Amino acid sequence: MEKVIYKLKSNTALTDSVFKMVLEGDTKSITASGQFVNILIDGLYLRRPISVCDYDENSLTLIYKVVGKGTEKLSKMTHGRLDILTGLGNGYNLSKSGNKPLLIGGGAGVPPLYNLCKKLINEGKKVTVILGFNKKEAVFFENEFRSLGAEVYVATADGSYGTKGFVTDIMKDLTYSYFYTCGPEMMLKAIDKIAKTSGQLSFEERMGCGFGACMGCSCKTKYGNKRICKDGPVLEREEIIW
Amino acid sequence: MVDTKVVLSGWEIDNPVIPASGTFGYGKEFSELYDINILGSFSFKGTTLEERFGNPTPRICDCASGMINSVGLQNPGAKHVLEKELPEMDKYFKKKVIANVSGFSVEEYAETVEILDASEKIGLFEINISCPNVHNGGMAFGTKPENAAAVTKAVKAVTKKPVYIKLSPNVTDITEIARACEDAGADGLSLINTMLGMRIDLNKKKPVLANKTGGFSGRAIFPIALRFVYQVYEAVKIPVIGMGGVATAEDVIEMMLAGATAVEVGAENLVNPYASKEIIEALPLAMEKYKINSLKDIIGGAHNG
Ligand SMILES: Cc1cc2nc3c(=O)[nH]c(=O)nc-3n(C[C@H](O)[C@H](O)[C@H](O)COP(=O)(O)OP(=O)(O)OC[C@H]3O[C@@H](n4cnc5c(N)ncnc54)[C@H](O)[C@@H]3O)c2cc1C
Ligand SMILES: Cc1cc2nc3c(=O)[nH]c(=O)nc-3n(C[C@H](O)[C@H](O)[C@H](O)COP(=O)(O)O)c2cc1C
Ligand code: FES
Repeated sequence: MEKVIYKLKSNTALTDSVFKMVLEGDTKSITASGQFVNILIDGLYLRRPISVCDYDENSLTLIYKVVGKGTEKLSKMTHGRLDILTGLGNGYNLSKSGNKPLLIGGGAGVPPLYNLCKKLINEGKKVTVILGFNKKEAVFFENEFRSLGAEVYVATADGSYGTKGFVTDIMKDLTYSYFYTCGPEMMLKAIDKIAKTSGQLSFEERMGCGFGACMGCSCKTKYGNKRICKDGPVLEREEIIW
Repeated sequence: MVDTKVVLSGWEIDNPVIPASGTFGYGKEFSELYDINILGSFSFKGTTLEERFGNPTPRICDCASGMINSVGLQNPGAKHVLEKELPEMDKYFKKKVIANVSGFSVEEYAETVEILDASEKIGLFEINISCPNVHNGGMAFGTKPENAAAVTKAVKAVTKKPVYIKLSPNVTDITEIARACEDAGADGLSLINTMLGMRIDLNKKKPVLANKTGGFSGRAIFPIALRFVYQVYEAVKIPVIGMGGVATAEDVIEMMLAGATAVEVGAENLVNPYASKEIIEALPLAMEKYKINSLKDIIGGAHNG
């Protein structure tokens, strides 16, 4: 973990409620895909956690959905600086992926899979991605994943784009060596029900600190109590108690 | 050179700044960010006799200028703290720490303190009496003078280390409870704990916290905490550790003028992990600005005249 003052480079709408923010600043404490950052927003007390979507040495990309006061304020920013705690959480462990990993993202859970996909493809893995959204207008990053070289499927709940239904409707017919996922808890649960292999799932919880000090985000696992912010947000399928 | 040293019941600390229980874990996460040996000391997470998971999540809720928590005393239990956390802490924190203890019966408080008392690492006990009393229909120990006195006596009987009782602000007259603790032999008092509060999620139309209510703390409660410290200072002769919404060196000075001998910093550590360090670094400058040579001299200064 480290506190870094980032400079806003761009902040663009991907859909009517999802924004992509590119920040300039030191990223050396980010060590794994699936980690997150905690952003101090003017006028708000607690920081807001957002996953690392992508990063290189001096730039950080975040994708966030406007759901309340904090994300609303972020979406209005056109320039300026942000006080951010970076490199939080454990992130995904790539070593278990096998040769044909499956990545499944739902809505605002899609972003952290992007850097993961990039890294897996760089390692020569054959990556399949399933993205789930509510409707056609909510779809984002389909082409970005395809440009990385992944095979991409999209599901929409209302059938206005791609396969009608949920990510699991696509997942059930695929073969894969391992899975990685992030999205609403309902989706994670549904995936756990039908998954044919081991995998890693990324969870959300309301956070006080985001770095392990307050016990605000605890959950019980088969390996003992864990803090989503420090021992997670990524948990292994085998340890999860639903 | 200004003098930031203060003395808590014979224990001299380098400066009055102490991270508050529940907002600093066992210090490890912060020791990775800065050398926490600059702290006066710190108060570690509330410890109970047995391990506790705490309340269901969500346990945290954001507010204007503060937060509500309903963590519910998650901790690994007194034996684990004695055998694992305290020896581990010794690797990154060389000073003595404050052991924050909670319980659900008078016997449990005493037993927990008895276990932890074996550690040389502990400089002072801070007894949190805000938990519900299982023998008394769940009414918090801290809301009844006779309960507060009973806990104080029981704990004093099992340790020679200074015992500070941490008072709840959720009472009609805090001075009555403060006096009861003093009469029962408390070496000092620590205040305030969080204030009961709640929020409702407008989308779900239900309380945000799974526990419905929780403890409100952070910058917003500073004036209230200051008033409590001011009142308690007048009511008792024993030293007071002041806390509630402290975020700057100026806040520390203000708390001390109200009557605090030392000051704890809570929620601010969670939003700014460097908060305690920044306060300590700013303290000498703030002292010069307000023409203070020694912090010891200003304790309760606002009461004179
Ligand atoms: C590890 C982690 C990674 C995340 N990554 C992303 C991401 O990449 N993109 C994205 O769009 N969203 C992500 N989220 C969710 C995001 O944190 C919330 O949408 C955001 O905090 C909402 O803030 P707000 O002020 O707009 O909403 P409000 O409802 O006004 O927030 C009130 C409080 O609730 C908390 N809160 C609200 N919703 C959530 C939630 N779903 N999870 C945790 N806390 C919440 C806020 O942090 C704040 O403390 C992530 C959450 C976590 C825990
Ligand atoms: C997340 C959290 C956990 C806390 N846990 C404890 C605890 O275990 N024991 C205790 O005596 N006080 C606990 N407190 C209360 C603080 O120590 C402090 O008394 C209170 O928060 C007021 O200070 P602040 O406004 O600076 O946060 C907790 C506070 C917070 C925010
Ligand atoms: S949010 Fe504080 S421990 Fe996880």
